[in-house]
Amino acid sequence: MHVVESGIGPLIQPPDMNAFREWNRLHKNKALVDKLMSEQEAISRFMFDGAYIGTELYGTVRCPMSLIRELIRQGYKDLRVAGQGVMELDLLLATGRVRALDITYIGNEVYGISANLRREVESGRVQQVVEWSNGGITWRFKAAAMGVPFIPVRSMLGTDTLKYSAAKVVECPFTGEKVALLPALILDVGFIHVHRADRYGNCQIDGIAGFATEMARACKRLIVSAEEIIPTEEIRKRPDRTVIPYYLVDAVVHAPFGSHPGEMCYVYRRDEELIREWVKEMEQPDTAQAYLQKYVYGPKNHEEYMDLVGRDRLESLRYRKGGQP
Amino acid sequence: MSTEYNPRELLICVAARLMEDGTTAFIGTGIPMLAAALAQKLHAPNLVTVFEFGGTGAILEELPLAVGEERTFHRALSATGICDTMETAQRGFIEYGFLGGAQIDPYGNLNSTVIGDHARPKARLPGSGGANDVGSHCWRTIAIMQHDARRFVPKVDFITTPGYLTGPGAREAAGLPPGTGPYRVVSSLALMGFDDATKRMKLLAVHPGVTVEQVIQNTGFELLLADRIEETPPPTAEELRLLREEIDPHHLYI
Repeated sequence: MHVVESGIGPLIQPPDMNAFREWNRLHKNKALVDKLMSEQEAISRFMFDGAYIGTELYGTVRCPMSLIRELIRQGYKDLRVAGQGVMELDLLLATGRVRALDITYIGNEVYGISANLRREVESGRVQQVVEWSNGGITWRFKAAAMGVPFIPVRSMLGTDTLKYSAAKVVECPFTGEKVALLPALILDVGFIHVHRADRYGNCQIDGIAGFATEMARACKRLIVSAEEIIPTEEIRKRPDRTVIPYYLVDAVVHAPFGSHPGEMCYVYRRDEELIREWVKEMEQPDTAQAYLQKYVYGPKNHEEYMDLVGRDRLESLRYRKGGQP
Repeated sequence: MSTEYNPRELLICVAARLMEDGTTAFIGTGIPMLAAALAQKLHAPNLVTVFEFGGTGAILEELPLAVGEERTFHRALSATGICDTMETAQRGFIEYGFLGGAQIDPYGNLNSTVIGDHARPKARLPGSGGANDVGSHCWRTIAIMQHDARRFVPKVDFITTPGYLTGPGAREAAGLPPGTGPYRVVSSLALMGFDDATKRMKLLAVHPGVTVEQVIQNTGFELLLADRIEETPPPTAEELRLLREEIDPHHLYI
């Protein structure tokens, strides 16, 4: 195939599909084993310095916040990150420990630009910034989920988004038209927060699935946190609801209000007041560190975080019975 | 109710009027959501909104604050995921796409990635998000912009999202689907389209109280002028009532 154009961005996490197959054979347990553990154990068992990590969520919805706060507490550094996120990546950037970003969107949505992203990228502390589109990065996960090294798409063509990516443009061998090839993206460690899981890691998500289906299948290690831990009998009653089957999952953590201050669709709304506080505190480096001190390093775990925020406050965010705000 | 209106309310009304009934529109955070909600309450009850993280056909009774939140699939027709919506756009199912950015050029190329050099930017912006995909695959895209010469520039610092790139035929030459591209730019001062022959931005209408001269002065490149430049009708009392009382009663956006 004739390569017409190559993005000049580095391929931060080169795909090796044979190694991924081997990994899935050797390191992913096919037996139904109990994987329920504390967030401390899950993170310390599977995280390492320099890991390439990714989070799955959309906006402030279904953010794996409790897992990310624990990851920060444990101090991992030189992180390489798939950058499609809002609060959890803003928080990671605030620690100054992110070295490389495959970025599609990091921002605060209605509250504007992420001050941490600006500081970290403009100062050069994030050493590699490689551009993609939202569709692009999701399709990269899809390629990994398919077990193939790349996927042809018609996004990013003709733009600087492609020029500063690690994609390639080729002439399609069937039609002769130009098409962008995006490399498969395999995470060292992925983090997903779901509505319900059993102890083995079978997961259900209510509402839209974002890119959970694809990303869950593109991880060497996958840590799942769940609002509720349910018996496997419940999973077996509705197997069509299992979007992430157990064999993809390495750890299951019980985390009620795990998305706070973000939301969980049909369960609780986002905590607007604390999100505003967050955005404001993140504006300056010293207040950003004070925020980390108060909400991340202060509490020892998610239970203590919930105490800090206030159990009554959290309960008041719950939707009335029947979902919908 | 006062029929005085602020610039944001006008932008929302002009964008809403561009939305047709019975078709599909890819909606992002902010003004497009309000415009879609307004259009649904007036002339386009069957406007099918598509939100990138998976909500299709939501009824926008309350304002979403995020592109993935529950209200983006409130009473919707389907709730899937981002691959599905992006692939639906890539297959040619989505008519309109709404976009924004820090900079736009005469060909409708948009920048939401960096101001200055990519390696050492003066300002790092959020990045493409779904914008590049929307600008690549939707049949007709509508950009919503604040209008000043810092934003309407001869050349954007970074092409995040493709407009007509370098002019006629450039999208097709790059491999983008034929027949797609920028359709309208709704700004705080005016409504613009694109010239069929040159693919350059063309002034179609000025907003109430705005002169053509003002639009030209606030545009950093030569703007083509339509043979007859219309004046945008101001927001109607009903449009303003819906916006203020039903769509955004807490004034989160307006």
